[in-house]
Order: sequence, then C-alpha cells, then structure tokens
Amino acid sequence: MCLAVIAKILQIEGVTAEASFGGVRRRISLQLLPEAQVGDYVLVHTGFAIAVVDPAEAEATLALLAEVRGEDAP
Amino acid sequence: MTWPSLERFRDPALGQRLLGEIRRLAEHLTRPVTLMEFCGSHTHAIMQSGIRQLLPPQVRLLSGPGCPVCVTAQADIDRAIALASRPEVLLASFGDMLRVPGTTHSLQQAAAEGASVQVVYSPLDAVALAGQHPDREVVFLGVGFETTAPGVAAAVQWAQARGVRNFSVVSLHKFTPPAMRAILEAGEVRLDGIIGPGHVSAVIGSEAWAFLPREYGLPVAVAGFEPVDILLAVRGLVRMVVEGRAEVVNAYPRAVRPEGNPAAQAVMQQVFAVADAEWRGFGVLPRSGMALREAFRPWDAWARFGVPEVPSREPPGCRCGEVLRGVLTPPECPLFGRVCTPEAPQGPCMVSAEGACAAWYGYGRGEEAHSAH
Repeated sequence: MCLAVIAKILQIEGVTAEASFGGVRRRISLQLLPEAQVGDYVLVHTGFAIAVVDPAEAEATLALLAEVRGEDAP
Repeated sequence: MTWPSLERFRDPALGQRLLGEIRRLAEHLTRPVTLMEFCGSHTHAIMQSGIRQLLPPQVRLLSGPGCPVCVTAQADIDRAIALASRPEVLLASFGDMLRVPGTTHSLQQAAAEGASVQVVYSPLDAVALAGQHPDREVVFLGVGFETTAPGVAAAVQWAQARGVRNFSVVSLHKFTPPAMRAILEAGEVRLDGIIGPGHVSAVIGSEAWAFLPREYGLPVAVAGFEPVDILLAVRGLVRMVVEGRAEVVNAYPRAVRPEGNPAAQAVMQQVFAVADAEWRGFGVLPRSGMALREAFRPWDAWARFGVPEVPSREPPGCRCGEVLRGVLTPPECPLFGRVCTPEAPQGPCMVSAEGACAAWYGYGRGEEAHSAH
C-alpha cells in the first residue's frame, strides 16, 4: 500500500497536474506537494504526489556506487 | 517517459558489486546479524529479487509490521464489514482490504451478498463517488500509514470545502514508529539494524527514526524499493554494525529528505489527531492511531453511524500476528502453503500485496521455505 509510482509533471492547473506515467497520462493532486514544478519527476501515491524525485541526489548515489569494488575474484 | 535513472537502480551488475562488498564487510562480523525490513513492500522486493538468498549467511533479513492491511485489527475489519452491510452505505476501499477474512466473512463476500463495495485507487475517487451517488452514504475505508493518511486527510478537506455531506471516512490509519518501538520493547526478537520504510519516510522524514539509534542503539538505513536501493541500505547497516556505530543513514536521498514532506505532514495533522489504536499482533498501542479531529466530525464514519458491535475472533490457527512482530517466518506457520494460500487466504498476511506470507508464497517457496525449521 506504500507503493508509489514515478510520474513526470506535464502541466499544472491549480492544485492538480497532468502527469505522465511512462506515457500514460493521468491527473494527480499536488495538494501535498505544492512546490512541484512542470518537468519534475514525482512519486505518486493514491493519486497524490508525495515527493519530488531529485535527479542530482540519484546521480550522487550512483556516483558513489561507481566506486564500489566487486568481488576480489571475478 | 519513465524516470531516466530508474534502470540503473535495477542494474544486476551493480547489485552484484554491492553484494560483494556486503560479503567482505560480513567477514568482520563477530556474530550473525538480523536486520528487520519494516515495510511489506520491501519484503516483496527482497523476495522477488532473491536478495534474501544472495546475502551472506551471517546477514539475515526479517519481515516487520509494515503492512497496513495486515496490522488492521480483526475487530476493525468486522466493523467495516458491518458498516458495508447497511443498506444506505456504499463502502469505498483500496482493493487489498476486500479479501481479508473477517470473523464470519470478508468484504468481498459481503458484496456478493448484496453489500455495496467499490474499489477505488484514490480517496479522491471516493469523494467523487459521493457526488455521483447523492442518495447513498459513501464511506471510505481509510487504511494505511503516514504515506497514505495525508491523501485521505486531503480528501476529507476537499469534501469539507465542497460541502459534500454524504461522504465519510473510517480512519484505521496508523503511525509506524510506535510499532517499531513496541517490537523493541517486547524484546522477542534480537535486531541489529532496521531497513527504514522509504515512502513513509518521504512523508515523515528520515530523522523521524532518530529515536532508534538514540534510545535503542540501533542503526537505521532508510531504503528505496529497487534492488540496488535495498542492497545499499543493507551495506550501510552491516557497515555500521561492523564499525560499532548506530546512526540514521538515508539510503534513498532522491526521494527522502531528513525533514520529510512538511505540506503532507501539515494536512495530516489538520485532519487527524493522535489516538490509541489496536494492531493485529500487538494489541492496543498508545498514540499509534489517527482519529478524525472534532472539526471533521461530520466526515467521521464512526461518529455518524456509531461503532458497530460485532463479536470478533482471529482466524483459527493464523499466526499473522507473530509474523508481523518478526517472531515467526511465514513457513513456520502450520497453515502456510497447506490450508492458507493466496487463493484461500486464512489471514491478512496472505492476502495483502505487502503481506509477508503472500511474498514468501509467491517468490520464496523454494529450498529456503522448506528448510526453515
């Protein structure tokens, strides 16, 4: 039930937005995430955006992981 | 138009490298460690990706109470079914609740016998239903943790602002930290670290878990739901155990901020007051539930219809409560896979998409399920 799906905000009208879920368009509420902007990727749970997915933080995580060594033996 | 980096958090090569590092770190452990994944969605992701079996034997994962449908008390399920059976009521619910066995029947069976039950994706859909059915009383069955409660609160505010009077909510919403605390206070299981719930933490903030290291000396790693996210959290926890540190690590920083989502918290607090709540497997936990505030009394289903008095009894033989406390793994329940299957679930842990029994049955019926004593 705590699953959330990523969507991209295409257009904002008041407290609702048109968002793309992998190409499928749905209307979502921004009432819980008023700072969301057009072009943001957001986590959507039960029709409400609850968090902006920060691409810079994602890149930082992946960059740190690039330094992870694998098994010593292949 | 999926999110560009998502695939990289599913990259098996990256996962293998993290597993390699976890194995190397685990060599420094002086004893086996048990990490609890609080969240049922984590349990499913862990079982689906096979992470449980891939981890070194010194690192054990244990499912926690993070399945809102599962922790809903039997009495509350029976009350919801009784409410749905009133002729004027149209009960709107998330789909997971429908097949949960009540004492005598489930919501789905009540619907087959004539009760009006409608599955909705969003609580806003339930408010819309009230508009479409002005002659009915639309009651939304509010189940969920801090991820879900703000949306339900927003729906109540929406109904209030538009004067929708034939809409009300049964709030069975719960806060997650009290359940974590209850497990630690009970001391039935020894835990060495907690994989924190990613989407609950997106709302309440990673710092909401600071009491775990501070009061219990337990490390926490808040995790996302892709395999790389979960391995990143496990690596962080094993590393802290090896180094003798206990902190809150945010292993899901792309979605979780230390302070969480203040707007969502504000809406939740405007509508819900902290109340005691009964949890399956735990009994009544003080200050663990959300009740509609006095100002929203017209939208409180219990205030409007009264709390139905229904004799309740947990399903005979079902060990869901112990599974939720981490005392038992699903295959240790005598009913598991024999009389209790997803087709004929005896308790909610086998029904819900987040239930540990459903996850073990769906993905984990191999060697490990049978070898678990």
